[in-house]
Amino acid sequence: MGKAMTQREGAVMILGGGIAGIQAALDMTDLGYYVYLVEKSPAVGGVMAKLDKTFPTNDCSL
Amino acid sequence: MVTNADFLALEGKPGNFTAKLNIRPRYIDADACTACGLCTQYCPKHHSDPYNEGLAITRPIHIDYAQAVPATYYIDPSSCMHIQHDTCQICVPVCQSHAINFNQKPEARDLKVGAVILSPGFGKIAPETLEKFSYGKHPDVVTSYEYERMTTASGPFLGEIKCFSDGRHPKSIAFIQCVGSRDLGCDNGYCSSVCCMYAIKEALVTKEHDPEVDITVYYMDIRTQGKDFDAARERAEAIGIKFVRAKVADVTPWDNHLKLTYSTLDGQHIFAAHDMVVLSVGLESPKDANKIADITKIDLNHYDFCKTETFAPLQTSQEGIVVAGAFQGPKDIPESVTQSSGAAVLASTVLKKQRGKGTISKEYPDELAVTDDDEVRIGVFVCHCGINISSVVDCPEVAENAGGMENVTYYTENLYSCSQDAQEQIKKTIKDQKLNRVVIAACSPRTHEPLFQETLKDAGLNRNLFEMVNIRDQCSWVHANEPEAATEKSKDLVRMAVSKAAHIQPLPEQTVPVTPKALILGGGVAGMTAALSLADQGFQSVLVEKSSKIGGNLLNLKNTLAGDTTAGYLKTLTTKVKKSSKIDVVTDGTLAQTSGFIGNFSSVIESGKGKKKKEQTYDHGVIVVATGGHEHRPDLYQLGKSKKVVTQQELEIKLAGRAKNRAPNSIVMIQCAGSRGEDLNYCSKVCCNHAMKNILKIKEINPDSQIIVLYRDIRTYGFAEDAYLEARKKGVIFIPYEVDRRPVVTSKGSKVQVDFFDTIMQEEVSMNPDLVTLSVGIVPQGTDELSKMLKLPVTANGFFLEAHVKLRPVEAAVDGVYICGLAHAPKPVEETIVQAQAAAAKAAMPLVKGYVTVDPIVSSVEQDKCIGCGICVSLCPYGAIQMEKVDKKRKAKTISASCKACGICASHCPTFAISMGGFTNEQLTCQIEAFGNKKAEETVEA
Repeated sequence: MGKAMTQREGAVMILGGGIAGIQAALDMTDLGYYVYLVEKSPAVGGVMAKLDKTFPTNDCSL
Repeated sequence: MVTNADFLALEGKPGNFTAKLNIRPRYIDADACTACGLCTQYCPKHHSDPYNEGLAITRPIHIDYAQAVPATYYIDPSSCMHIQHDTCQICVPVCQSHAINFNQKPEARDLKVGAVILSPGFGKIAPETLEKFSYGKHPDVVTSYEYERMTTASGPFLGEIKCFSDGRHPKSIAFIQCVGSRDLGCDNGYCSSVCCMYAIKEALVTKEHDPEVDITVYYMDIRTQGKDFDAARERAEAIGIKFVRAKVADVTPWDNHLKLTYSTLDGQHIFAAHDMVVLSVGLESPKDANKIADITKIDLNHYDFCKTETFAPLQTSQEGIVVAGAFQGPKDIPESVTQSSGAAVLASTVLKKQRGKGTISKEYPDELAVTDDDEVRIGVFVCHCGINISSVVDCPEVAENAGGMENVTYYTENLYSCSQDAQEQIKKTIKDQKLNRVVIAACSPRTHEPLFQETLKDAGLNRNLFEMVNIRDQCSWVHANEPEAATEKSKDLVRMAVSKAAHIQPLPEQTVPVTPKALILGGGVAGMTAALSLADQGFQSVLVEKSSKIGGNLLNLKNTLAGDTTAGYLKTLTTKVKKSSKIDVVTDGTLAQTSGFIGNFSSVIESGKGKKKKEQTYDHGVIVVATGGHEHRPDLYQLGKSKKVVTQQELEIKLAGRAKNRAPNSIVMIQCAGSRGEDLNYCSKVCCNHAMKNILKIKEINPDSQIIVLYRDIRTYGFAEDAYLEARKKGVIFIPYEVDRRPVVTSKGSKVQVDFFDTIMQEEVSMNPDLVTLSVGIVPQGTDELSKMLKLPVTANGFFLEAHVKLRPVEAAVDGVYICGLAHAPKPVEETIVQAQAAAAKAAMPLVKGYVTVDPIVSSVEQDKCIGCGICVSLCPYGAIQMEKVDKKRKAKTISASCKACGICASHCPTFAISMGGFTNEQLTCQIEAFGNKKAEETVEA
């Protein structure tokens, strides 16, 4: 059996910490819920963190 | 945040799931690691850097990139010498904070959650698919991922593009589109929807680096269907990037060049030599898609992406589990971000009874009172940013220099001022040294000011008693080759900041209560979805529809590309809206007047016709703009003049009817009729799909019907590509036309004639079809007036402009106003629904919170000095200044909650009556004088 976390009511699990997961996590927090953002790699950010600039404005993506 | 975690199982039911995770060890204690980077320097083993697509070497113990979150290093067990061979351990004594711990074990953890959002992203195209392009055989064939890292200024080559074969700068680069997408060879029949955009971006970036380089993009269709995306393509063409419509058969090494073989539309096979080839690889379903589906029992589609329905685009086949991002189908950043907000509102609906129960609100110590009488005690912290600043700027000298300045009672240096331990140290110093102003010389306030202000708050100081100096971007980066000058400039900037800091005052945090109600403008699918989503969250809304009936454009549509009928969905939707006790529907209604600001709007709605006309005032906290758009009717191609010329929408209605000849034997469809450079400058995104939908219907009714489609680019992006393929299989002929050679339609009596140049056969063709169908595009519905009333900016094409195209796609520049549906840009119904849900999520946030906080850096009017000229009112882009009567005189007044602190008012006030919090004239003058003072000293000395 796994170690259970302290029970939190109104929690959501978000699987994947790329731009979609991060945005969903921020929005869920703002809507008043506790979020577990679960990412398989050592850091969140996903593919967007590897991009230099973004289309079409060539804004920096980090 | 749980990183390094594998998702193993999901048990329970919606509202009460248990997720089982396995957390792999990092071998580094996250609380102790200061991200100093010493361990990586000492680690003796090489490790191919996956963050840089294997183009660089790192060490098993590393961090992917400096800004990574969490900012904790980790050890990749696959190449660590200690973990693999039980040797080494050099890193352990090197780490000053004793953070390395090889005894960490995998940890099983159970999470109790009410809902799940799946956002696992996308996978990569298998290398076998890339083989025919010599990928892996010749070093100068790279994928777009690799090329992205190569062009990145912070990447392994500092943005310098070189051929891997011999280190020369490539003079000619080819981009090959649709690698691993629209390719049945690797079973990816769909279009990846993003490659055209990133290829254009990478090509533009390359041209910025080296304007001489020759770039050719080999494509089948350029699919820049997104909002204002075509403009970027035109920009690319204008600076000389070549676009060649062709299918590339293969790439073979040719001396130290590469030989491309491609076939063009007219059947020619052509060879071309390039120095470098970039493969625009598509997005695949995530590698672990099947595993996720097994665990969560959700259905996948035939490409292993998450299966969803047109009218419920974010709902998986399992209740309580929703999806967002590329796992739902290949998509770009803005659409992923929009889906995430939409998914949040759906997950919130599952959980709404428990809202607010699991969250913790942070508490701050009481704020220290700082008055004019107190002695000014400034602390200066100079950041090394690792070596980012200190390799150029002499940080100890800058700190030392600051120590000698007036009012500075403390100065020090930090390796990383933003690291957890430095933050604690700063807090302690503030208390110990009784500092009442803090100056931090580090990186950009854009990214780090909020963090440091938070530190001040934690230490009991008002967050505005803070000045930040950017000695990274403005000194070490731009003057990297002149370390002495960079150090001098750093000293100047610090002196100016110190001088200003002596005059800064604490500014109070203000909060304003919110009226928990929404005003939704537009009763189409966007408005209705937004209203229902808000009702699901427990919020009231007023839904205002201009016409006499809610339903919008769906009333004119019959079925979807996926085969669903719209009538059933529309009926369910309108019934729900009408029955909802939380939605107040006003038909024949228009917004007559609105005033106020986020949380506190007041609007007058006119409704009814003739004698029944009435006005009603509503108070509300937010506004959702869903005013929609409609089919464009260009005065071109005999539309409206010949009965045989119809639009796609008219054809759809005709096909759904019972007329015998509704699917005639010969039809010519003209795409982009009136769009992309005729009446309308943009692509309407839906017309290609609309054409496919009608084509397949025609073929169903009359399989012998001969259909010719004249087009510029077929833009059946995503899974709609299947329908395009189906249409081709059914014998529909697709012929592209050039923009300067558009087809010509003429009519004589009941006959209609189409003349066009057949680019495949290379000849002029003249036809007399039974029917001509035009794909006419979408125009916004009356955004002009609303834009003036709400001060909402619109694009050149009349659509409402979002606050940030990538990261804030449904928010308007004006706080408390949200945009969705066709009023934002043309889009299919599926995307409209997602956007409406996203807008509802964003609109719900201030309503949930119950109050809005106002940034104290806002303008304020000294009414004694104000002469009531009103210049500020007319100039304010956010409607944040109003005139009021004070003792019978007109005086300006700032509405703090709406003010964005742009400063336009202050800079134009003829009597200097307006000042900006944190940027008063006094403070700025001191700052400027401080700069001049030193110069004066130097002159004297000289």
